[in-house]
Amino acid sequence: MSLKVDNLRIAYRTLHGDVGAVDGVSFSIQDGEIMGLAGESGCGKSTLGNSLIFMEGRMKHGGGTVELDGKTLPIGDSRAMNQYRMRDVSIIPQYAMSALNPTKKIGTLAADLLKSRGVRYKSVLEELKRRIALVGLPDNVVDMYPFELSGGMRQRATMVLSTMLNPSLLIADEVTSALDVSTQRAVGEMLMEFRDRQFVKSMIVITHDLSVLAQIADSILVMYAGKLAEKADARTVVDNPLHPYTQLLLGSLPEVGLRYEDAALVGIPGRPPSLLHPPSGCRFRARCPFAFDKCAEEPPFLELQRGHQVACWKVMQDMAKEPAVQGQNASR
Amino acid sequence: MSMLQIDRVTKVYKSGTFGGGMKAALRQVSFDIDNGEVVALIGESGSGKSTLGKIVLRLVPVTSGRVFFDGQDIVMLKKGGLHDYYKQVQGVFQDPFSSYNPLYKADRVFEMLRPEYFSHLSHQEWEAKLDSALADVSLNPGDVLNKFPHQLSGGQQQRLLVARALLLDVKLLIADEIISMLDASTRVDVLNLLVGLKKRGLGILFITHDLSLGNYISDRTVILRQGVVLEMGLTPKVFGNPQHSYTRSLLTAVPQLHKRWDHAPAVQHDGVVPVNGSAARPSAPTTAIKDFTSGSDVAAAGGDSRRYSRSATHPARKPLGLPEGPGPRPSLMDLEDAPWRRRGSRHDRVNEQKALVADLPPQLVECEEGHYVAVEYQG
Repeated sequence: MSLKVDNLRIAYRTLHGDVGAVDGVSFSIQDGEIMGLAGESGCGKSTLGNSLIFMEGRMKHGGGTVELDGKTLPIGDSRAMNQYRMRDVSIIPQYAMSALNPTKKIGTLAADLLKSRGVRYKSVLEELKRRIALVGLPDNVVDMYPFELSGGMRQRATMVLSTMLNPSLLIADEVTSALDVSTQRAVGEMLMEFRDRQFVKSMIVITHDLSVLAQIADSILVMYAGKLAEKADARTVVDNPLHPYTQLLLGSLPEVGLRYEDAALVGIPGRPPSLLHPPSGCRFRARCPFAFDKCAEEPPFLELQRGHQVACWKVMQDMAKEPAVQGQNASR
Repeated sequence: MSMLQIDRVTKVYKSGTFGGGMKAALRQVSFDIDNGEVVALIGESGSGKSTLGKIVLRLVPVTSGRVFFDGQDIVMLKKGGLHDYYKQVQGVFQDPFSSYNPLYKADRVFEMLRPEYFSHLSHQEWEAKLDSALADVSLNPGDVLNKFPHQLSGGQQQRLLVARALLLDVKLLIADEIISMLDASTRVDVLNLLVGLKKRGLGILFITHDLSLGNYISDRTVILRQGVVLEMGLTPKVFGNPQHSYTRSLLTAVPQLHKRWDHAPAVQHDGVVPVNGSAARPSAPTTAIKDFTSGSDVAAAGGDSRRYSRSATHPARKPLGLPEGPGPRPSLMDLEDAPWRRRGSRHDRVNEQKALVADLPPQLVECEEGHYVAVEYQG
């Protein structure tokens, strides 16, 4: 088991009190697995990703453990965490395109990064150049400044820099969001390639775009308002979602070939709740068309079908009613 | 007659260090929009799609070509005419969070229209008008008025801006990537709002890079690459039966929920897909002339009227089908016509611009009724 996160809580300290952006999250990722982490903005997906490698000053570790390859990561302690960064955990940050220092050449940047890890630049230069060629960048990119590269090229350069030391876990935060469709596809395929070539063991791909995850992820974890809503393998989430939120989210995605005359899409009314004073019970209750009395209690995140975890009372109730039908679905 | 006619619009920007280069953002783009029609303008970054939106809004002057609105050339509009024009044509832009001044309340966007266009209205009339505009975009006045921008969601902010346009007798809305920044769950509401407005007769120029959104909403589609219209026609035809290789490669790259990428052939960003069996030339005319990175091309192309290179022949295809990168960089000193050497010669620059304007992009031919496709330049 590569990564195991248990009941993790991360809060932002604000003047008005703590904002629980990640509230009791547990999941695990196998070796060689690409896990997609999806949700609306403000659901805590980036916070979760960042907390696994670098906690900002305003972030607070409220409890829970993170275990990577059998070692417990000291995520609350930035200094102790330093020895794990890049070697064990690495990140492609959200604005990877502007993550590069504009006054340094790509090669210098790589050398600096390696020096901070106590690795000689010369010793990895060969491999670095090989990977630069692999992602389709010109050889001399190490002698270039970031402004000489286009957005997509910078994105790829950042990917190579992040994975120089073959980390066990790579967190890719919104890497495809600002890109055109063809570049998006190239970057998505590159992420898979990195995994296949074992530059990284496992990966968390954070995005709001479920259709990109349907392409590259092995499993998908859907978050809503700091809590987990649903987790299953990618095909199941896309083809057979159980949680009402996932269903509505998928229903609101326009697909190529769909026209408004044929089928009008529906959005999800309302907004996610404020996490400063989160509502009790199910957090999706106010926007959920299926909400009923039971939803005033908080639903547990349970494995209701094999490999399919959901936090929803309605689904549990339906399952109890017609186990035969659900059994069929599970075996499909 | 069409409401908006865009007639052979070319826009050349100065670019590069010291403003020495010229870059054609749009080349002889022509199409029109009828009353109550939604036209999707689809292109990747750098295709010039936003430039066209800005030209229609008169935010950017054209280099050549004309834009007619209701038969009137808007390029020539002066103060009073422009005032009336803006009554009928309005724009909403990509980032709702930067469209508002965070120091002022969000409904200030309405108040700022009032002295300009509605100074004759009494307080009650103005309030009534405001309420009806908000109702049109299905916003509850209590939810959005008297609030600061950060108190509103992205969807609410965008809808407020649409409501602002509706206050005027707007006939054409330039929607430049208006839902790209929104979450999936709210994005559909804004999209459906546009559909509703279209049914009431509002024409929309829907600028986007997202093919599925364009397909969902539009009546006609224009595919733009590097300032050149490659394909246009009725949306079901363009998406159902794409003729140009670039359109096809774009369509295969769109991530879909129920179909993996692997089913489709790999994308070739530079569109070197053979057309009808014959290997077409790499159709991307690199209009980036006197660019340091393409310096070698400039030297190779030679000639005076075609100093910029039309044929960016790429070396072997990149391993992962990625967009092209800059070629080998010549030293700045090697460049015979480095920008600063040409700095004084205004004459040259005028000629260069003329050449860019006169250069014709691939011609559009009608392959079936209402479906045009660019013919690749042969030889």
